[in-house]
Amino acid sequence: MKSNNDNQWDVIIQPHDRLFHINFAEVYRYRDLLGLIVKRDFVASYKQTILGPLWFFIQPLFTMVMYTFIFGKLAGFSTDGLPKPLFYLVGITTWNYFSDTLNKTSNVFKDNASIFGKVYFPRLIMPLSIVVSNLVKFGVQLLLLCFVMLFYVYTGVSFSPSYYLAFFPVVIVLMAAQGLGFGMIVSAMTTKYRDLAFLVTFGVQLAMYATPVIYPFSSVPPQYQGIISLNPMTAIVELSRLGLLGQGYFSMQSFGYCVLFTVSILLIGVIIFNKVEKNFVDTI
Amino acid sequence: MSTVIKVENLSKAYQLGQFNTGTISQDLNRWWARVRGKEDPFLKIGEKNVRSTKGTSNVVWSLKDVSLDIEQGDAIGIVGKNGAGKSTLLKILSRVTSPTQGLVKIKGRIASLLEVGTGFHPELSGRENIFLNGAILGMRKKEIERKFDEIVDFSGVERYIDTPVKRYSSGMYVRLAFAVAAHLESEILIVDEVLAVGDAEFQKKCLGKMQEVSKGEGRTVLFVSHNLSAIKQLCSKGVYLRDGEMIMEGTSEEAIVQYLSFNQKKNLVDVYSKPNIEGKDIELVYAEVVDAKNLHRKQFEISEEITINLTMHCNRKIPSVYGYIVIKNRQEEIFIESDTFDVLPNSLENLQLGDNRFQIKIRSNTLPFGDYLCYVSFASSFSDTYSVDIPGEILNFTVVDTLTQRGTSRRSKTGTLLKWELQHALK
Repeated sequence: MKSNNDNQWDVIIQPHDRLFHINFAEVYRYRDLLGLIVKRDFVASYKQTILGPLWFFIQPLFTMVMYTFIFGKLAGFSTDGLPKPLFYLVGITTWNYFSDTLNKTSNVFKDNASIFGKVYFPRLIMPLSIVVSNLVKFGVQLLLLCFVMLFYVYTGVSFSPSYYLAFFPVVIVLMAAQGLGFGMIVSAMTTKYRDLAFLVTFGVQLAMYATPVIYPFSSVPPQYQGIISLNPMTAIVELSRLGLLGQGYFSMQSFGYCVLFTVSILLIGVIIFNKVEKNFVDTI
Repeated sequence: MSTVIKVENLSKAYQLGQFNTGTISQDLNRWWARVRGKEDPFLKIGEKNVRSTKGTSNVVWSLKDVSLDIEQGDAIGIVGKNGAGKSTLLKILSRVTSPTQGLVKIKGRIASLLEVGTGFHPELSGRENIFLNGAILGMRKKEIERKFDEIVDFSGVERYIDTPVKRYSSGMYVRLAFAVAAHLESEILIVDEVLAVGDAEFQKKCLGKMQEVSKGEGRTVLFVSHNLSAIKQLCSKGVYLRDGEMIMEGTSEEAIVQYLSFNQKKNLVDVYSKPNIEGKDIELVYAEVVDAKNLHRKQFEISEEITINLTMHCNRKIPSVYGYIVIKNRQEEIFIESDTFDVLPNSLENLQLGDNRFQIKIRSNTLPFGDYLCYVSFASSFSDTYSVDIPGEILNFTVVDTLTQRGTSRRSKTGTLLKWELQHALK
């Protein structure tokens, strides 16, 4: 019987898999689940609220107003000659996507421990659903940005989207991958020791100041520009601004660095996540 | 018949205690051992999963070297005490957690029901939850759509299908959840103790459905339950686990008989007394069952009061310590479960150093006739710092019903005898 080799088995459960053993076919088979979870996140989070999905607009809008007042008017930061609200709104929208994805993914094991402990499905579905959920939210907020842009066009303030706008889809993919990659690394490391989760929550808040969200890259003193451009989100925020508003910093070097960084973070994230998902139920 | 599940030397170790700064050094040791290609140093000293005695190692094997072949169409009941490894085995087979050692090979799709209604979201309607839950269990959207009417029909909650499930009664919730799971198209079905919920009618319906699945459709079913009659009814084969090891594999009846007979063989004495004090902070040194005249007895009439005398030796005062007692029959059915917080103040908080005597009274006409075991344990929220005693199953006694006419043919679940009081005669 033993000669009837392992091919006849559909699933083999063993203590350790190979390092990079991810069953993408299986993830694909569960794509309906992904869609349903995304839908659940939306329907459930605005049940029993009066304003409902309007909350998607309110948060970035108020942040924009606050930033315009504090950083624009009081502190007098440069905005590269762009209308202040518009400048901040682009930064806020992209940064929020990244930080929301990262924060939510970091807690993916903790938040779903009860489901993960009872049913098997490819665990990767959960972080992916976070990416997609946030993507939908991002799309809605992009709509808000369009309204604000139209408003400025109507009042005759000058800004001009550049042909770098063609990069925008790539930019979205990059920041999604970054949030996901970082998030998965953190999530895997926090299953046993929760310390990192605390660090990440405020770390992400602080990291915003190391990213050109409230100031343009061009206003960074030359001696610090090196450090700031090490931040992989720098290229993303600047490139979005360059595409959408026509002002921003772009170099093939920084873009290439960003792509390389993102790919490696994502790869490391997936490997670590894949390794941890098998046994985390015992430790969480 | 072909083998659909092949379990080879399956073992699973769990780490006990808290995860904190102490465990990180162990983790580093473990990692270092792995880097050098050595075996995990902490697994070597692992022990059997016997919970009542405090072991020296904080690694415990909840499954040890289990090998098992399951053939297509088998309905297998797994019996064993709590902590025998039943759920761990099912969890590994369902791929919720992975084994520490060993291998499992599976042919076909597995649907596992370790809990009913996993992933149900209270805010969503019944309809939405059917889809979500179905997808979590591995169904495609089309599959669910095709079976939707059948599922709703089986659950019997058609009227509420567009109402958020948070407004469902717990019964409706469970019915809907089981209905989804029951309609999974899988070759293998794993069910863990889920029938404990729901009313008798529904349990019957579930058992019927499971029978249909295994006998009618030729699918393989693995079933864990403490309800031995359900296992006997549903399963053709049985597996008996004890302390993580597989004791036997055979027909379900053989497994049940062996499981019950082991429980009876335990060397219980009539009086529990410990001659040597071990030096724990709190220790039970003496226990006995007595009658109303404070005389030691083993057999009681249904209408008699039963008193349990306990003597506890206290070496050190422990904050928030409490006692726990369970009276159960040989089939592990619990008749009384109680702790010292039930009737306040908790008398254990006023222990004096030295010997303390306690009396627990079971009122007359409480227990029906039968053989009973009495399990006693003590615990504190600070169990890490203090050592408390867990004596376990220490006493046994029998309740008989010889004075009434109905006597042993009575099917009551309690020892209550009712009086028919004549109020006035009608002319």
